[in-house]
Amino acid sequence: MKSCAGDVKNWRAKVKMRLLAAALIMFVATGAWAQNLTGAGSTFVYPIYSRWFSEYAQQHPGVHINYQSVGSGAGIRQVSEKTVDFGASDGPMTDQQLSESKQKLFHLPTVLGAVVPVYNVPGLNHDLNLAPEVIAAIYLGKITKWNDANIQHDNPGVKLPDHQILPVYRSDGSGTTYIFTDFLSKVVPQFQQRIGKGTSVRWPVGIGEKGNEGVAGMVRSGPYTFGYVELTYALENHMPFGLTRNAAGKYVKASIAGVTAAAAADAKQMPADYRVSITNAPGAESYPISSFTWMLVPQHWNDHAKGQVMVDFLNWMLDHGEGEAAGMSYASLPKAVADRERQTIKQITY
Amino acid sequence: MSQLSPVTLPTPEVNSGGKRAESVAAAEPAPPSEIRKFLQTRSTSRLADGSFRGLMLLAAFSLFVIIALIVWMLVVNSKLSIHAFGWHFFTGRQWDPVGGSFGALPFIYGTVVSSLLAVAIAVPLSLCVAIFVLDICPQPLRGPIAFLTELLAAIPSVVYGLWAVFVLVPIVRDNVGPVLEKSFGWTGFFAEPNFGVGMLTASVVLAIMIFPVICSISRDVMRAVPIHQREAALALGATRWEMIRIGVLRNARLGIVGAVILGLGRALGETMAVTMVIGNHPDIVKNLFNPAYTLASVIANEFTEATGDLYLSALIEIGLVLFVVTIVVNAIARLLVWAVTRGDSTRAA
Repeated sequence: MKSCAGDVKNWRAKVKMRLLAAALIMFVATGAWAQNLTGAGSTFVYPIYSRWFSEYAQQHPGVHINYQSVGSGAGIRQVSEKTVDFGASDGPMTDQQLSESKQKLFHLPTVLGAVVPVYNVPGLNHDLNLAPEVIAAIYLGKITKWNDANIQHDNPGVKLPDHQILPVYRSDGSGTTYIFTDFLSKVVPQFQQRIGKGTSVRWPVGIGEKGNEGVAGMVRSGPYTFGYVELTYALENHMPFGLTRNAAGKYVKASIAGVTAAAAADAKQMPADYRVSITNAPGAESYPISSFTWMLVPQHWNDHAKGQVMVDFLNWMLDHGEGEAAGMSYASLPKAVADRERQTIKQITY
Repeated sequence: MSQLSPVTLPTPEVNSGGKRAESVAAAEPAPPSEIRKFLQTRSTSRLADGSFRGLMLLAAFSLFVIIALIVWMLVVNSKLSIHAFGWHFFTGRQWDPVGGSFGALPFIYGTVVSSLLAVAIAVPLSLCVAIFVLDICPQPLRGPIAFLTELLAAIPSVVYGLWAVFVLVPIVRDNVGPVLEKSFGWTGFFAEPNFGVGMLTASVVLAIMIFPVICSISRDVMRAVPIHQREAALALGATRWEMIRIGVLRNARLGIVGAVILGLGRALGETMAVTMVIGNHPDIVKNLFNPAYTLASVIANEFTEATGDLYLSALIEIGLVLFVVTIVVNAIARLLVWAVTRGDSTRAA
């Protein structure tokens, strides 16, 4: 008990100094060397973006690009508000969204994707031909049973059950919905009038699930359901998906070749800002429900170091990243588009 | 025996402390102890105590500030939608982001019906479990059952949602659904089509989630009923069930109502578990197998991607509605408890 008061005081002071020093060191360490970029947006591209970012980080130590798959709509909003450094979206921004954005953005196409109609009919082991009018009618509530005459007409000889169809859609704002509704609006006027196209629309019938995973899960576990998911999800989950009719009148099943054909067909008329819809593209082999997916990159970066990292990553993506797309069931960009994009990337200032 | 002479007690000296200390010090001038030295180095505690009290006051006020900020944010950001739609917002049935028209009636319907149905399912179950644990259960089982009930309350909402999607939906679709259709289909509440996801499944999940809340509060209220009430009922010849009904339930009824309303409050705001199994389709239909949409679900689903000021504003107005409804329900519960006890918490109904 002799000098306990003095001991206590000294000990407390020592601990305080050490904690302060440790905090200072950690603060300095995280700030000085690591370069952090944040991005947010489409759930569809999450698998390949996360692979690219981790590979890039391995090759360039000290750089860390963080991506959150919160949906295309959120990506658009957050990059417009400057909450994140870059965004990602399956649907291009509208003129109004671009004008409301707090910073000027480039739409840079990265990969191509396809949306496929998936279904779960117990006992069926044959791929169904689903005309766009049939798909639109299912989602409008006009076709309610699997053995409807319209479906049977396109699939002669296939035994379809006498059961109600449950259409499944995306309850969250989604680029997948945008691509799907864009296609149906182009081909079926009644769909355009009653539902329209957008990342979030009013569906007259059906149930909503969150994310591509939600729709895929619902269709896989629920019999007699019908939904739409990105091609990657259908392939990864081994789900049966149907063929649909393209602009040339042929029924095609979604494949990387079909998506690339659709992109090549429309690439000639690609506008300068890359905002083009390639659904219902011409060409006998084109898959009609295809789309570019864009990275939304600010045109001018105030942070010089971050801008440099972004430009470097974009060039790396065009040189190395595109080669990995096919392995993960995405279609890579046509050469003409990639070449044009390299020129656009040079216009990014920082 | 000689008379005891009165003993003079020593009178307490006024201001004797100083004198005694002086006398002691004068008698033995001992050096001050370590403790005294330490205490003498410390100054008055006025600053420390004052700042501590100030800090606690700040923390308490921050509560008011947080609530005021929430209300202010909700009102300010939903002004656009209030101006655009007015009262029509609460009666409109269309929720159309592309067309720009927003009506919240389907969500209000979905929230109210799913919560009321959940309460209707949970209350009998909770009361039965509470009575069982209190009166009928053998002693060794009481602890485990009470523990398991509390455990149910600790399970996260998302886990409930996942369990419901993988277990409850197939059960409702394949087993329970057809039975209900056959027996009660004539009422119109259980009609085809039944896909497992819908109002009924969501209500069942909600019932399971609010069951621990109602059960534990009811149990506490029933335990607080004085034992002489039970003894009196038994003494008058009541059977066990009559004893419970007359002696316990009757006296605890207002507390149980308070518990039910608290459970209802929780059900109204529940988001994740409901979103996964309610089908997310804004519809006002009698059929309980039909999908529906609740206020909390639409915000969870659409808020992060809402582009456009009117859309955002409409979603925030829905948040305002939910906030007001929850406050009203909790205020009613508080009022009820106060009315019963009149501030005296020991008074039973």
